[in-house]
Amino acid sequence: MSKNSPYRDRVKFTLKMKKDYTILSPSMAPIHFKILKPILLRQGFKIEIMENDGPEVLQLALKYLHNDMCYPAMLTTGQMLATIMSGKYDPDKVAMVITQSGGGCRDSNYINLMRKAFEKAGYPNVPFISANIWGLELNSGINLSPKSLLMALAGLIYGDMIMIVSNQVRPYEVNKGETDAMIDKWTDALGKGFSNGKGFSTKAIKKNLKSIADDFASIKVEKTPKVKVAVIGELYLKYSAPGNNHLEKFLAEQDCEVYVPSILGFGIYKTNGALEDLRLYGGNKAKKAILEFAMKYMFKMEDILISAIEANPNFVAPERVNDLKKRAEGVIGIGNSMGEGWYLAAEMLEFADNGYENIVIVQPFGCLPCHVAAKGMINKVRRIDPRLNIVDIEYDPGATKVNQENRIKLMLVVAKEKLL
Amino acid sequence: MRIGIDIGSTTIKCVVLDDAGNLIHKSYERHFAMIKEKTREVIKGLIDKFNITEPVVCAVSGSAGMGLAERAGVPFVQEVYATKVAISHRLPDTDVVIELGGEDAKILFLKGNLEVRMNGTCAGGTGAFADQMASLMQIETSEMNELAKNYEKIYSIASRCGVFAKTDIQPLLNQGARKEDISASIFYAIVNQTITGLAQGHPIEGNVVYLGGPLTFLSELRRAFDKTLKCEGVCPEDSLVFVALGAAYYAEEKVDLAKAYEIIGEKTDFGAESSLSPLFKSKEEYNEFIERHSANSVPRKEGIEYVGDAYLGIDSGSTTLKVVLTDKDGAIIFSKYQSNQGKPIDVVRETLLEMYEKYPNIKIVSSAVTGYGEDMMRSALGIDIGVVETVAHFTAAKYFMPDVEFIIDIGGQDMKCFKIRNGAIDNIFLNEACSSGCGSFLQTFASSLGYPIEEFANLGLFGNNPVDLGSRCTVFMNSSVKQAQKEGVTVENISAGLSISVVKNALYKVIRVHSADELGKKIVVQGGTFLNNAVLRAFEQEIGAHVIRPDIAGMMGAYGAALYANQMKKHSGYSAILSYEELKNFTYSIKSVTCNGCNNKCQLTVNDFGGGRKFIGGNRCEKPVTNKAQDDSLNLYEYKLKKLASLPEGEGTRGVIGLPMGLNMYEMYPFWNTLFRELGFTVKMSGFSNRKLYLNGQGTIPSDTVCFPAKMMHGHIQKLIEMNVDAIFYPCMTYNFNEKKAKNNYNCAVIAGYPEVIEANTLNFGKIKYINDYVGPHNRREFAKRFKKVLEKHFGAFKNGAVKKACKKAYLAYDNYMADINREGLRIVSEARREDKKIIVLAGRPYHADPEINHGIHKLICALGFAVVSEDAVACMVPKFKVNLLSQWTYHQRLFSAAKYVASQNDMYLVHLVSFGCGLDALTTDEVRSLLEYYGNLYTQIKIDEVTNLGAIKIRLRSLIAAIEQQSKEDGNE
Repeated sequence: MSKNSPYRDRVKFTLKMKKDYTILSPSMAPIHFKILKPILLRQGFKIEIMENDGPEVLQLALKYLHNDMCYPAMLTTGQMLATIMSGKYDPDKVAMVITQSGGGCRDSNYINLMRKAFEKAGYPNVPFISANIWGLELNSGINLSPKSLLMALAGLIYGDMIMIVSNQVRPYEVNKGETDAMIDKWTDALGKGFSNGKGFSTKAIKKNLKSIADDFASIKVEKTPKVKVAVIGELYLKYSAPGNNHLEKFLAEQDCEVYVPSILGFGIYKTNGALEDLRLYGGNKAKKAILEFAMKYMFKMEDILISAIEANPNFVAPERVNDLKKRAEGVIGIGNSMGEGWYLAAEMLEFADNGYENIVIVQPFGCLPCHVAAKGMINKVRRIDPRLNIVDIEYDPGATKVNQENRIKLMLVVAKEKLL
Repeated sequence: MRIGIDIGSTTIKCVVLDDAGNLIHKSYERHFAMIKEKTREVIKGLIDKFNITEPVVCAVSGSAGMGLAERAGVPFVQEVYATKVAISHRLPDTDVVIELGGEDAKILFLKGNLEVRMNGTCAGGTGAFADQMASLMQIETSEMNELAKNYEKIYSIASRCGVFAKTDIQPLLNQGARKEDISASIFYAIVNQTITGLAQGHPIEGNVVYLGGPLTFLSELRRAFDKTLKCEGVCPEDSLVFVALGAAYYAEEKVDLAKAYEIIGEKTDFGAESSLSPLFKSKEEYNEFIERHSANSVPRKEGIEYVGDAYLGIDSGSTTLKVVLTDKDGAIIFSKYQSNQGKPIDVVRETLLEMYEKYPNIKIVSSAVTGYGEDMMRSALGIDIGVVETVAHFTAAKYFMPDVEFIIDIGGQDMKCFKIRNGAIDNIFLNEACSSGCGSFLQTFASSLGYPIEEFANLGLFGNNPVDLGSRCTVFMNSSVKQAQKEGVTVENISAGLSISVVKNALYKVIRVHSADELGKKIVVQGGTFLNNAVLRAFEQEIGAHVIRPDIAGMMGAYGAALYANQMKKHSGYSAILSYEELKNFTYSIKSVTCNGCNNKCQLTVNDFGGGRKFIGGNRCEKPVTNKAQDDSLNLYEYKLKKLASLPEGEGTRGVIGLPMGLNMYEMYPFWNTLFRELGFTVKMSGFSNRKLYLNGQGTIPSDTVCFPAKMMHGHIQKLIEMNVDAIFYPCMTYNFNEKKAKNNYNCAVIAGYPEVIEANTLNFGKIKYINDYVGPHNRREFAKRFKKVLEKHFGAFKNGAVKKACKKAYLAYDNYMADINREGLRIVSEARREDKKIIVLAGRPYHADPEINHGIHKLICALGFAVVSEDAVACMVPKFKVNLLSQWTYHQRLFSAAKYVASQNDMYLVHLVSFGCGLDALTTDEVRSLLEYYGNLYTQIKIDEVTNLGAIKIRLRSLIAAIEQQSKEDGNE
């Protein structure tokens, strides 16, 4: 700490730490994380994913974080604190990893708040690793090979694939549990492939995606009409079961088919956002070239993923981000890319056309971008497509499940009426 | 036969239809949260009355019925849907249904596609809100309705939540505003809340139907809706049981009621995971606790005849009035703690008369008053000294613990905590507009569960598994309590859980401590709420230390005032307080007038106590009191407004451009104004905000939790539409100017995207062009080229050179404006120093200069004898430095710079203006605070929203003054 300011330098994650430190990551999308983990293990990182949930997690967050911080920050910080206090790990041999978007939303600062919280809780020496693509906060100990990065992208695509097709099978399966068993089979197989340095070439991806689609399509189903619900909204809440009070499970119990959009699509939308800023306002030409290159690669991957789903008549495929962009035109500017931005409105209009006109928008209470992209747009997209049946649900440490479920039930009863 | 049962948050309703669909039975009663028992009672009643032996067609609805119905095997129908079903049977022509319940509010739009709105997580304006407000005025809700019939004027009351509204209503009551007017104002507040919170931009028109308890029972509430919506809604027969009716119509399945009756009666386990450890593990622990605390008491001489010198202290609180009379050593001769019944002057008069009668031989040497009613009491009764609450409490706490380090006071409505460093008040925490957890909170729950508060609190002492209810606002807590009840948690454990919540709320939400060590070792707790042993115990448990609770915990303010009166007594030896005779003949009158001194149009209440003694309440500046315009020469906020208003409109030929004066436009106005004038447009701005402007736009606000400055934008847009400009220019700006001190130069997500929200939710632009393109003036090199395209999209061709030239002038205008503000800031600072005045940096955002957003806080600060500058004026004097955050917002970085600068000056203090609901300020507050505290400066935060009353803010500022005074005294002694 310097003498004349309260500023503290961060604790860096060094190469030396890599050997005997355990890196802990908050959980988010379980299928994806399960596939990605072997890639990091292979690179010599001891990574563990925290799955803890429950009131203790929130209590710790309320104690050590500003109580007006958004719910995803609360939950992930609480998870980290609860884990380090549990005694399961040596606090001097643990590092934490968290994403940092670098955008104008508060999430870019989760990492700093977590550091402050850990300092107050008596763990000032825990290194926090920022996972970002902008070169914010570099750490000498984080040395991912280009191969690993390609693998990670492949892992993401596999995760999206399995998530999308399994969600369309599970509600209709004749033998309960078959879909989940299939998920386990594939995550294990893909993970094993990555451990052996396999499964990330374009060819391998194409082959695997086809097999995944075929395998899930082979599960015996009985297609009874069900209410189809799309879950969209803030990134973390959309995928994290502790975050959304186990929303997918609740919807399944209400006999619904649930659609959760792909992570890849969101990634493309975000990258497009950075590019769009350069297009709108001008700026660094080199940055623009790099982003354009990245976009091209991601579009290619997107095409592989979506074509694989489209090729199988049993599944509804998501739209390509460029098509979604066309849907957003005239509804909300493409320049709006903080948080969920224009993507949310475009998704709603997409789902109305693809049979998922019942929508739950999940958002943290007081989420700034959601005031614009979610609440601000609902009236308009409903005017454009009156089929849309939308409920927006806010999450926060004080929000009760009963209230949330009551509102969702109302959306469902309207949906069911239309189903008949 | 078909049966419908509606189990709501406060009541249970039941209807029976015969086979022809005729209503043959209906019931409506409160369940006092005994949901299981009451439901069984109702079912039993049905079985007996209709002699039911076979399964019958039946369905359950209502928020509290959800889990219960499923368990009992009775079909459940969501309550809003049930309403819809009932409406389609009974009133098929309905377009809109407005249904207010105990704790929910709903609007159904039936025309076209069914659209339903329910109140969200942050909502007031329901039946419970009306009840709460009535009890605040100490009348029945029905009386409130009667009173409202004779109203003369409407005050603006925030109805977002009960806590907010109380801060508006209490001062009105204390200032003597007419109950008739307040009653009507409360109804209008509910209407406004329903429109902003629920309709959210959806127009309410056509055949409107009112349903639910409050709208059935309160004719004036219906009338307020009619007037505001310009329609005539109907409240149908059986409006109370519509949900139950809907359930009956909806029901298809036959249900075995006898079996349901049995199942509901079965015990259910509440998940042990969310229970906390008990307050006392054993009777011994309890006894030790009681014994320890009984030691802290004041000597009493009450009831003994007393002759001689006496000192009087009065604490005129928001809901209570406390009076203490002491001898010269601080022993209590007379004391009284009572409700102020919404008429503090009458109550204090009676109390003082009682005191004089009991002790005819006292000579009052000196008297002091503290609390909300301080100024009024002083002018009414001739009290000698006014003392700010924090100082009064500190004085009293010192009596019990001379080296006290931390004081926490939890009263009925408010919570005050302060740290003491070197014998001076060092840091003050007051509860924000949105934080519950005070005494009235427990009171409300106790009475909703049907217990007197003392009994309710004592029940909690021995709860074996207190339920964890979190530490949020009352609305949230209500549903947690409901859920707990439904899951069969005992009242004992709920009571204990609530006490623990009060404590957690204080510690983690208000004070924001992380460990008990931060509070120090010497802690005095006080305020009426701490007389509750469960709360006291929970506090000691939570911080893991013993504390001192004086036996007069509820009267520490008054006691402190009495001690203070003694310390500050004048040499004359006589108090100027009214004598017994004078009090006997004392009368007063109250008038309510609108001040026309300036744009604010404050609603004033003028109390005339005779003999030229007057008290004016409700004012935001000294003008109505002194009859002089306030001196604004040392107020940068006023300067900014004048500067902005003085910019020319121009007389262009290309048409009229309207600029909405809100959010970032406050700083961008000189830029856009110049740019468009130079291009040949006439430029009109929407002007500064006021209440009326806000109300005009509220129907189009889609998010009820967005910050107030953003909500205000809707009013500005409506204003521009009324002005019938040719085009409204409100561009999206993701980026702000780069001041090169932060890692990035973003605007917050709300500012960046709000023009989109306006576009998506404003339906009446008519022929007016609305321009909300994404523009980036931050890129000075490329802006002109890109902006030309935007212009041409809307207005046809422009010459390259003309746009370039206009942009150049616009940048110049912006730079000059910013430089001018800085210069004026410096002038104010040096002038203040010459006059030996302290300087307050009122730090917020540029748009906090708006008079309706800051509610005149800057004027108040000036009236208290400070000079006021804004954050930007001092931020520019600090070079780039590192902060413990990823600082990427231009406006927010200025706060950090300002804090750093203020910390280095010994005559400057920072007051942080924070908009309620501002997510980014959750980041900035802690950083600004830590910067200031690191350098030993004070941090004061003021949260602003719709709330218009300055009472609480005044206390905070005066406490700051007291702290500053004490601090400089310390410095002088060293």
